[in-house]
Amino acid sequence: MTDTATSTDATSSIVSPRRRWWDRYSSTSPITLTILALILGIVIGAIIIMVTSAPVLNAWRHSFHHVGSFPSTLKITFDNVAAAYRAMITGSIVDPTLLFHSISTGHGWDVTMTPISETLTYATPLIIASIGVGIAFQTGIFNIGANGQAISGGIAGTAVGSMIHVPMIIHLPLTLLAGIAGGAVCGLVPGLLKAYTGAHEVIVTLMFNYVVNAFLIYVLTSTALQLPGQANDISRNFDASAILDPIFGTKSGLRVSYGIFVAAAVVVFAIWFLKRSSLGFDFRVTGANPNAARASGINPKFIIIALFVVSGGLAGLAGVVQAASTTHYIDGGFLVGSAGIGFTAITIALLGRLQPMGIVWGSLLFAALGVGGRSMQAATGIPLDLATIIQSIVVLFVASPVLIKEIFHLRKGAQSFQMATKGWSS
Amino acid sequence: MRVELKGITKRFGSFTANDQINLVVEPGEIHCLLGENGAGKSTLMNVLFGLLRAEEGEILIDGKPVNFANSGEAVRSGIGMVHQHFMLVPVFTAAENVVLGFEPTKSFNRLDHKTANAQIHELSQKFGLDVDPDAVVENLSVGLQQRVEILKALSHDAELLILDEPTAVLTPQEIEALMEIMRSLAKDGKSILFITHKLKEVRAVADVITVIRQGRVIDSVRPTETEGQLASLMVGREVNLTVQKEATQLGDTVLELRDVVVRDDRGLAVVNGVSLDVRAGEIVALAGVQGNGQTELAEAISGLRSVESGSITLRGQNITNLSPREILDAGLGHVPEDRQRDGLVLSMSVADNLVLNTPRRAPFARRGTRNLSAVASNATELVQRFDIRTSSVESTASSLSGGNQQKVIVARELSRPLTCFMASQPTRGLDVGSIEYVHRQIVNQRNEGLGVFIISSELDEVVALGDRIAVMFAGKITGIVDPSASREDIGLLMAGATMVSHD
Repeated sequence: MTDTATSTDATSSIVSPRRRWWDRYSSTSPITLTILALILGIVIGAIIIMVTSAPVLNAWRHSFHHVGSFPSTLKITFDNVAAAYRAMITGSIVDPTLLFHSISTGHGWDVTMTPISETLTYATPLIIASIGVGIAFQTGIFNIGANGQAISGGIAGTAVGSMIHVPMIIHLPLTLLAGIAGGAVCGLVPGLLKAYTGAHEVIVTLMFNYVVNAFLIYVLTSTALQLPGQANDISRNFDASAILDPIFGTKSGLRVSYGIFVAAAVVVFAIWFLKRSSLGFDFRVTGANPNAARASGINPKFIIIALFVVSGGLAGLAGVVQAASTTHYIDGGFLVGSAGIGFTAITIALLGRLQPMGIVWGSLLFAALGVGGRSMQAATGIPLDLATIIQSIVVLFVASPVLIKEIFHLRKGAQSFQMATKGWSS
Repeated sequence: MRVELKGITKRFGSFTANDQINLVVEPGEIHCLLGENGAGKSTLMNVLFGLLRAEEGEILIDGKPVNFANSGEAVRSGIGMVHQHFMLVPVFTAAENVVLGFEPTKSFNRLDHKTANAQIHELSQKFGLDVDPDAVVENLSVGLQQRVEILKALSHDAELLILDEPTAVLTPQEIEALMEIMRSLAKDGKSILFITHKLKEVRAVADVITVIRQGRVIDSVRPTETEGQLASLMVGREVNLTVQKEATQLGDTVLELRDVVVRDDRGLAVVNGVSLDVRAGEIVALAGVQGNGQTELAEAISGLRSVESGSITLRGQNITNLSPREILDAGLGHVPEDRQRDGLVLSMSVADNLVLNTPRRAPFARRGTRNLSAVASNATELVQRFDIRTSSVESTASSLSGGNQQKVIVARELSRPLTCFMASQPTRGLDVGSIEYVHRQIVNQRNEGLGVFIISSELDEVVALGDRIAVMFAGKITGIVDPSASREDIGLLMAGATMVSHD
């Protein structure tokens, strides 16, 4: 092989180690692409604000009749967009003016830190559930029943948390374990069906979400779990000994709870599990090549069942953490509709490329957009749906890296951008 | 049509795949492009066919320079290509596939089946390529699918036909038929560019042989050269094509098959009462045309397919219908037929693939936690011992060449304690250098007293390696012969004749 070539065309099949390190941050790396997708989401969000916000539209209508008002129209447009995004950022991370005030006076920390506390509170169950979904996807199993499994975990956790009365040192772990068990049992059924009858997990887990929704209403109106003296579908309250308390005490008003440590433990567990554990290795081999897995002595039935127990267990833990750290009870609306963290978890798992740390960042982003969107709605009247639109656009672009490369002219780099999941294949 | 390539240079980054290549194909000539995997043959053909653009050089057709922007222009200039992996629509009929893109239509754009079938029939007649126009492609054998591909190229009035590794997927009979087709096409004045790394075929069919190594034309020779000379031109050093085997002491029976019956996915008994013994210190080679039950037999032995009746014993231990895990642990080493499907996880590292079926064994894991440094040092040692060419043990298996992928599997299997070593099609798709290497490893294991069971549809390999040759036809062993038996005898057994007693 002659080395006369000086071309910088980067389709080379030979990549030196130094090059590879650079590639992680270069134009075609997943990290860069995700950030570019976020930028695109923000830009498109800005366009939507311009064409839907009443003050902006009025200003433009005005400038058609009064030629000289064009500069002020531009200013109004910019101000509106800026105000919306400012509200989103100050409402989800921190408001700089409040921060300076707290630093200079030493007071008002509770108010200053509320946005970030809320973001972390929302992110906590998302991280746990998304990691559960991510592990399933890495194994090539499309577990879309995480929401049902989370509800199931919430039910089991609420039962243990509200109906057993023991000291906290036993009660809290027992409640969390009950949540894991609840989710695992709910995942076990589709797992057994797939392993022994070949039933497709997408159909079974999807349908199981409806079964669990109905079961939730059933137990909430049964005498065992229903709040005594109530006719509504609402559960008993958790004992104080089963609650994940706010880290800074109940008086501070900051809701961020010890649940965040549970999430951190799950992240550490997931990194160890996928990278270092023997079972995690079997999971990855099975996900990447089921035929080779079987030929290497891995029992596919066992893997499917074990996977659903792990994935469902994590979803169940997310459910019980949600109940034990925020509401301290569950009702008929628990994780239903837009609160369905199990469905958001599917999106976040893909956004985070199924990697634990990627999922953490994805969860924080989604939580921040949700929390910030609410402040934006309160401050500017722009509907919360804008946050959902930005979330969707980010996912859309992350799922179509070719589009991103085309838009930003990222032609170089032969590193293939692997799809995170094979989708519907069993 | 006379095609000339002049000074073609194609680079991928700093890697030069084709370096100043000159090549002339005369009308009616079978021109063979011989080279190892990765030598740059396919790249050159993709340049000629308009799929890649060369940085330097030009292509002349009948003396006039041409510049193809895409393969469509190449086709219009009379160049046809049959790819290694067929580009056919499996659910369409042969006729529909041939006319695809240039369909004769009736009113309202409906496909005119009658005209299409007539066209195919006419082409078939003209070139002696028999294909049923109404047969659905997915039901055709690989050899017939290839005929459909050739017909498709000819239907566009191809004057130069590029055949990219056409024999890799064919049985010996189909290869013979293909060569007949090539000869008759050449007689009609078509030129053929035949890409391969198989020496026997080259010598049988080529008029001119151009040897390519590391992107450069090494030499242009006549088929009268010996296989040994061609091999050393191709590899760049002396290659030992015959396998040296010393006499060894035969030991106990390590693998014993008794009246084994195995059904395939359709429920047919494709292995129908096979009995065979493999003793320590010998190589038993199972010959036979692909599809006579060898694949299913190997799957049954390794536990991937259930045994209907009969028994399989591994050094006294009954392993019939045990799980793959139990059979692995009993000491069966297995190189699967399809290495990328069953033998490797391509997206995982070389190091992980080297412990793929022993991830829980000491020292690779303890109490459920993997010891990654032990995995890495195992990989470093095996990469060196088995000469696996990889930039790092952390590179993915997909980045390795086919030969090195096979070495990974062989290294993995031979690095754990074995009772019997079974290899299915151990050198399929490998280049000469890798074949030589894998063969030597197999013989070394036999010399060290391991029982070896080889399943191969390559007659050369069976004869070179086997101490005893069993021939399988239609699910039964039709005979067990000595490697000194004539090829005709073995060929007859492969075709289903039962053995005439040699005693």
